[in-house]
Amino acid sequence: MSTTAPATGTAIGAPLDRIDGPQKVTGTAPYAYEHRSDNPLYLYPLHSDVARGRVARIDAGDAEALPGVIAIISHQNAPTLADARDRELSILQSDEISFRGQYIGAVIAETFEIARHAASLVGVFYDEEPHDAAFSPDRDDLYTPDRLNAGFPTDTEEGDVDEAFSSAAVTLDETYSTPLEHNNPMEPHTTVAVWEAGDLTLYESTQGAHTTRRTIARLFGLDRDRVRVVALHVGGGFGSKGLPHANTVLAVMAAQMVEGRPIKFALTRQQMFSCVGYRTPTVQRVRLGADESGRLTATSHEVVEQTAKIKEFAEQTAYATRTMYATETRRTTHRLAALDVSVPSWMRAPGEAPGMYALESAMDEMAIKCNLDPIEFRILNEPEDDAETGLPYSSRNLVACLREGAERFGWEGRDPTPRDRREGRWLVGTGVASGMYPVFRMPGSKARITCEENGSYVVEIGATDIGTGTWTALTQIAADALEVSVEDIDLRIGDTDLPSASVAGGSSGITAWGSTIFGAARAFRGRHGHNPAAGDTAEAGMPDNPDTENYAMHAFGAYFAEARVDEDTGEVRVPRMTGVFAVGNVINAKTARSQFIGGMTMGLGMALHEKSLVDPRFGHVVNHDFAEYHIPTNADVGEMDVAWVDEHDPHVNPIGSKGIGEIGICGSPAAIANAVYHATGIRVRDLPITPDKLLR
Amino acid sequence: MRPYSYVRAQDVAGAVATLAEAPNAAFLAGGTNLVDLMKLGIETPDILVDVRRLTSERIEDLEDGGLRIGAAVPNSVLAADRKVRTRYPALSQALLAGASGQLRNVATTGGNLLQRTRCVYFYDTTTPCNKREPGSGCSAIEGHNKNHAVLGTSEQCVATHPSDMAVALVALEAFVNVQGPDGERRIPIEELHRLPGDEPQRDTTLEHGELITSVDLPPLAFSSNSKYRKVRERASYAFALVSVAAALDVKDGVVRDVRIALGGVAHKPWRATNAEEALRDEPATRENFRAAADIELEDAQPLRDNAFKVPLVRNVITRTLLELSEER
Repeated sequence: MSTTAPATGTAIGAPLDRIDGPQKVTGTAPYAYEHRSDNPLYLYPLHSDVARGRVARIDAGDAEALPGVIAIISHQNAPTLADARDRELSILQSDEISFRGQYIGAVIAETFEIARHAASLVGVFYDEEPHDAAFSPDRDDLYTPDRLNAGFPTDTEEGDVDEAFSSAAVTLDETYSTPLEHNNPMEPHTTVAVWEAGDLTLYESTQGAHTTRRTIARLFGLDRDRVRVVALHVGGGFGSKGLPHANTVLAVMAAQMVEGRPIKFALTRQQMFSCVGYRTPTVQRVRLGADESGRLTATSHEVVEQTAKIKEFAEQTAYATRTMYATETRRTTHRLAALDVSVPSWMRAPGEAPGMYALESAMDEMAIKCNLDPIEFRILNEPEDDAETGLPYSSRNLVACLREGAERFGWEGRDPTPRDRREGRWLVGTGVASGMYPVFRMPGSKARITCEENGSYVVEIGATDIGTGTWTALTQIAADALEVSVEDIDLRIGDTDLPSASVAGGSSGITAWGSTIFGAARAFRGRHGHNPAAGDTAEAGMPDNPDTENYAMHAFGAYFAEARVDEDTGEVRVPRMTGVFAVGNVINAKTARSQFIGGMTMGLGMALHEKSLVDPRFGHVVNHDFAEYHIPTNADVGEMDVAWVDEHDPHVNPIGSKGIGEIGICGSPAAIANAVYHATGIRVRDLPITPDKLLR
Repeated sequence: MRPYSYVRAQDVAGAVATLAEAPNAAFLAGGTNLVDLMKLGIETPDILVDVRRLTSERIEDLEDGGLRIGAAVPNSVLAADRKVRTRYPALSQALLAGASGQLRNVATTGGNLLQRTRCVYFYDTTTPCNKREPGSGCSAIEGHNKNHAVLGTSEQCVATHPSDMAVALVALEAFVNVQGPDGERRIPIEELHRLPGDEPQRDTTLEHGELITSVDLPPLAFSSNSKYRKVRERASYAFALVSVAAALDVKDGVVRDVRIALGGVAHKPWRATNAEEALRDEPATRENFRAAADIELEDAQPLRDNAFKVPLVRNVITRTLLELSEER
């Protein structure tokens, strides 16, 4: 039973144009770097050129002598942090170097150009120590983390997997790998920091203004109400701006040292590859066992991935395997290699994206072994309840997505024979995969609603729009929650002067902030009725949802791809993809479609292009620019067909919505990999699928 | 980026004279590569001499039936030129396969020839690189070298030349006209770029102060039957894994003449003379095309990550010649 009344208005679901669209296309939407440019100073960082050791000496004489240089920061003069426990963030507190690319200092100067030139004149001398940055599943020092990202258990075991596997009629035992990847939002990480009379203001490119404030206040020993973080518009994050990274700490240190003058700090594209997180590489052994009919009797998904010695990040790569399919026995495990490298972090669908590439490739291989159509094989193994929690699903419409997708894509009559279709020099194939993404419900949001003189409503919540359409979607939600039109809503977000809001991460924004706005609207109407006076106001936190204890809540999707592979060269092109999603109520049909297309396109990049090349001799990523780190161009993206099935989920939240920021990427790489197999007969189990792997 | 002074010369002679007196000065044309390299601290000139308005922006007919391309002609203009498209289609295709629309509008003919390698270690000033810092060592030989050379490498350097245009020009046997402190000279384009040898820091045979003023395309009866095929992981905006520029003259099923140049395989655009010789007067068949490619690749020395280039080049030569023999 639902404990909250569902939305009844008409704004939710409409394909409303972005309310911030005109500002953005005219270049007047203020991003972080465009704030407070009165008499600013510029920051340029110094990175360690060794992967482990100590800074022996810094020769900054030439740099300091340069006209326009204000100061050189290093561990010798940097402010002492009040809380230095987080070793990713506690930079410049000693001479110790823990990874190549670590911040070891910075130059503050009157212009960006002077700062950069001065940085090149700083001589740094090291006491270098041997480092270890080589990731391998065969290392003998792999360890078991206490728990995974988002609090998930490290390992799970249901039944006797080994026994079930050895006695299964059909078995598959394959190992898949995904490379290290870097989030690269269009807007790099950027801070304008102003430290004035003990008050700190940050104009910050972040996925969570309040999250940044909390962290920075703690690090610098400031009262939270002396720290203000503004993030009105953010040019993408993909997880890399979800947790504050050391770049923000460096900017605040500089601001503290030049009190009164704003510090501007924007990372270059190359610098995006050193200190702001990345997706861990994974090696995943998947074993599947099935009976003669194709029902899974054994599922085992064992993951090895990396973390940094200075701070643990344990990605939940096999998480999706715990709930995707019915299986008599199941095992999932995660092991980590701790290296002298920078700290991995969130990158769009951490866990699900790499994990579902392996699982859904294995499901394709297993369907072939079982002589079943890959869609029918998945439907045959559709579970009743969530095995992870033992709870029923609040809604699960994967089968509807697969059926609808098959219809739209033209799956029927597909001949499974590999390497059997040819158009000129192109080998042509099609592939399918499933995907899921959990409904996260981050706590800590509050909203305030106030009636204005003109009868409109100011709705305030410190949420952030990282380019996804939050400005528009929350306006629609507020309109329906208050039962007024969207024109009557004056939304205010992106500022810690507004009530607290959780981070834009885990596809949780609409669930958290939307539910909170619903709660505030209910409080407002309860207190002031439908004819409030100007100045009437109400504030409320995110309402409890007892159903979270009674149901497993996940979004699901089905992904289809056509792949064409040039027989002579191994070049892969994907002329069309279809994605069908079961995500509850869609708030804005237009921005949602963009989210799905964006996720699928990022999945295309994961399948075919993205790979950060770590050179273990040096310990860093050497292809650190867009000439060599490839993401899809327009020419790579063909027809993107996106749809969603009707799904009414009364349990998930008052709006009936599930997050959509990450589900788009989850099954896309496997759908493409499966299509490449169908086209060529070659199963690539190591992403990305590049021409060298397909040449025969 | 180091501070530098910017100079605009009055004419080519003035620009050349300025450079002759300043050992650490450089010419600036479109700047699409040079400025990036300066920002990264890889190129550190004291003086930039802007030559963009000094050389011709025109494409003119030569008396012998060829074309003269001014060094300042933008890549996009050259690619779109009707005479180029009909008489030298491989050149137009090569230009359009490179960079992006915005870059092609700014990049010049002369500058395109002088692009520097895209080796990741050359671009990373924190790693050894003999091309960037002679004597420091080559990080690519035992590092990430998927994009690197398989032909004509040295123990000093395994980098490739990144230009698409230059590969087509080599197949079309172009000449590069140069003006330097000692006067003018005319260089067969095959002799412009060099193999790394013991001096990988030198990409070309140009001396300091020599300025490319134009490129001549000689008349070649079968250059209209030419093609450029570039292989890359993504569909645009990527440097070649390998590329092939070819022109073919077939009569009665027999190869009368052929030109083949390869990109992405060497420190310079690689003229496949051995393959060409093997094909002259032989039947224009798939088998012969493959066999000729194999002859050219006999000396290939793949590195850890780039062995795939050998079959890839063979396949692309074969396919390109097949298409050229079918399309006639």
